[in-house]
Amino acid sequence: MNSNSNSYIFIYSVVMVVIVAAVLSTAATVLKPFQEQNKKNEKMSSILASAKIESTAENAEELYNKYITKELVINANGDIVGTYANGELDGDIRAFDVNIKTEQFKQGKGEDFLSPLYLCDYNGEKYYIIPMLGKGLWGPVWGNIALEADFNTVAGVIFDHKGETPGLGAEITTSAFEDQFVGKTIFKENGEFISVKIQKGGAKTLPANMQDHAVDAISGGTITSDAVSHMMKSCLGNYVEYSKKQK
Amino acid sequence: MSEQVQEKESLFSAKNRKLITNAIGKDNPITVQVLGICSALAVTAKLEPAIVMSISVLFVLAMGNVVISLLRNTIPQRIRIIVQLVIIAALVILVDQVLKAFAYEVSKQLSVFVGLIITNCIIMGRFEAFSMANKPWPSFLDGVGNSIGYGMILVIVAFFRELLGSGTIFGWHVFEAIGLYEIGYKNNGLMILPPMALITVGIIIWVQRSRNPELIKD
Repeated sequence: MNSNSNSYIFIYSVVMVVIVAAVLSTAATVLKPFQEQNKKNEKMSSILASAKIESTAENAEELYNKYITKELVINANGDIVGTYANGELDGDIRAFDVNIKTEQFKQGKGEDFLSPLYLCDYNGEKYYIIPMLGKGLWGPVWGNIALEADFNTVAGVIFDHKGETPGLGAEITTSAFEDQFVGKTIFKENGEFISVKIQKGGAKTLPANMQDHAVDAISGGTITSDAVSHMMKSCLGNYVEYSKKQK
Repeated sequence: MSEQVQEKESLFSAKNRKLITNAIGKDNPITVQVLGICSALAVTAKLEPAIVMSISVLFVLAMGNVVISLLRNTIPQRIRIIVQLVIIAALVILVDQVLKAFAYEVSKQLSVFVGLIITNCIIMGRFEAFSMANKPWPSFLDGVGNSIGYGMILVIVAFFRELLGSGTIFGWHVFEAIGLYEIGYKNNGLMILPPMALITVGIIIWVQRSRNPELIKD
């Protein structure tokens, strides 16, 4: 058959595409469980890291089950609508499976939304761990923040991002930036929610009574810094009602 | 371009060995042909991603060369570039999926650059120039040779960038261990940025040309 005839070319491409599609979809199906497990491990590792618990891909799940004692799902009014502890689920959904992006979308439309909260018990200390998600300069930024048992003092925080500028905005993932948050408080002394602000020019430029609620921004990374600031304020804000009900 | 490979030639005859040594040395895809520069800049800030990238390219190029070579008499001339691209794309997606499943950390560092192997000029270049006209075994060797030539430069560049930029080798703190920081040494942050990769490649080209007069034109 003439290999330059139209029908040959047509048949050739159809056969080639079908074979390639079959190979690729088989590979994708076979590898899917491994990839899902990797994503899960990364999420667990990041939750643990905010409370300063180091883990690797291998032991993330084990440590997570050991130290994260309870997962709560909270609605917009601050009521607990789901609890997951010791492998038993009470409610519709596990906090671990709550998709924050979808919940933020619901929140934006004014509907009821869910917020996940992790309770961690590490070396006798209790931590509340709150996942956060926001919009950075080039793509999403996210992170986890661990609050001490008073639901006010920051015990640790961890950030990550999709594609912030290396050397500038991407510096939010460095421990030099993250460690600044430790010991800051998210409520004013009169109990008003304020979050932790990332201050351009440095926290020192603020009045003394505000310095407990601010950290230094990154030089040259103003938009990313503002994004993280905004992310913390809006995400932590969803738990204010819950924390009031606890007291 | 197309050489008549004789029947019953031994697998590692002088001609076949040359396919590998030439690609590493005087026909190096990066330093002589100046192909694949984009990825050489992007993934060489650390050694580990550079090595994984080299292995990925090795797999794609060697496998792709063999597949193209096997199909070379059936591929319609008019759509040969499309056929080549489909094969490259399929292999690259395969590599990407495998990395995501078994080397998740590295795959995050390489991010889009694994996908960009598709547009790596070296691969299309070898398909067009070699495997479309040669038998599978020489094509395989040609693919291996060219990817070693590519990977070698990547690893050299990554070695210097990681050492001078972060003071580490494979994440191990070399300079800290020998106490260089105590006498006032500071890491050069510029080495982490892409322009320094270009300059490092430039220095390698300079060294290579000054040692091999064959490469100097005019």
